[in-house]
Amino acid sequence: MNTLVTLASAGAITAGLFFFVAGTAGLLRFPDTLTRLHALTKADNLGLGLIVLGLLPQVDGVLMGLKLVAVWALVLFASAAVSQLIARASYRDRGRR
Amino acid sequence: MNPVVLDLGIALLVVAIAAFVIFTRDAYAAVVAFVAYGLLVSLRWVMLHAVDVAMTEAAIGSGLTGVLLLGTAARLRDECADAPTARTGTGLRVVAGIVALTVTGLLVAAVVGFGETAPTLAPQAAAALPATGLGNPVTAVLIAYRATDTLLEKVVLVLALLGIWSLAADDAWGGRPGRKQRADPDGGLAYFARRLVPVGVLVGLYVFWVGANHPGGAFQGATILAAMWLLAMMAGLADVPSIREVRVRAVLVAGAAVFLAVGLALLGLGDGFLAYPAAFAKALIIGIEVAMTATVAVTLVLLIAGTPERRG
Repeated sequence: MNTLVTLASAGAITAGLFFFVAGTAGLLRFPDTLTRLHALTKADNLGLGLIVLGLLPQVDGVLMGLKLVAVWALVLFASAAVSQLIARASYRDRGRR
Repeated sequence: MNPVVLDLGIALLVVAIAAFVIFTRDAYAAVVAFVAYGLLVSLRWVMLHAVDVAMTEAAIGSGLTGVLLLGTAARLRDECADAPTARTGTGLRVVAGIVALTVTGLLVAAVVGFGETAPTLAPQAAAALPATGLGNPVTAVLIAYRATDTLLEKVVLVLALLGIWSLAADDAWGGRPGRKQRADPDGGLAYFARRLVPVGVLVGLYVFWVGANHPGGAFQGATILAAMWLLAMMAGLADVPSIREVRVRAVLVAGAAVFLAVGLALLGLGDGFLAYPAAFAKALIIGIEVAMTATVAVTLVLLIAGTPERRG
């Protein structure tokens, strides 16, 4: 049972890392600001979510688990707000040129 | 992974990014790299178990300074785009190089000369903790052992803000900093700001409160509070306060004022300047920290908001 849980954790964290690598590749390769933002949201939302999911069985205590989930939720909202700000700035910049 | 490899990898990355910041010609690229540099440095602090320093580096060194530098780069691009760029003379370059190499050499000599055990005051700092009623030795250093440093830091913050305000044009003096933010009240940004700001304020207060016993404290908590206020402003939910407003000015000086009042009161009672009596130490420290958190949060917001530009 323990081995199975550890394996599931490792699987989820590896999948999360894959999305981070994919998001970084997108950040480097995509042609403009909006598509790059799109790539980064994959890393924040899915990648971090999967890593938190993988870490959940490894923590001791419900409180610690709740903190991890809270971290993920806060990153979701914060990165969404920042994405809006960056997108707005790039939109205005485009109008000026 | 072998921790030495990870250590070495991050150290090399930090040096490489630092070199990029210095050598790149593009101001924006330099600022973005500087922010990445700060985040990597804070990662190093975490690995050294200096979580308090890591939080401050990430919040102030990377976040706040990054925002200020980005604003500066934007202004330089808009207003000084066709200013002639003077080339630094060879003599000045040689002198600057010699000074930099000397400082680096002295630092290296100091670090190499540490010997087997580095000089430390950590045992004394930990031993005196019970007298302060605190559990986090870093907070004890900031607010008790070296309280005068922290008090003067609050004064410096206000002076820095006055420096920015004094750049205002005569007719904008006493007005509001920056341009009015126009944002769609039903748009995505306003939606996220409405939901994030209340939770973020709670997190900021938590980080401040937990600082008594765990990593965190007034400065880190205040940075989060300031970020939330700025988010509300950028989303068009709140306007920048006018610098004429008495409430704003009162909060700006509250940190230093409360600090000074407690210090002088204790001096008057015969305990010495900011020598907290053990029975009231915790209550006095929390009182000072509450005022400090409010002051730092408002000061950071106004530092970023910048020079008053319009009447309000």
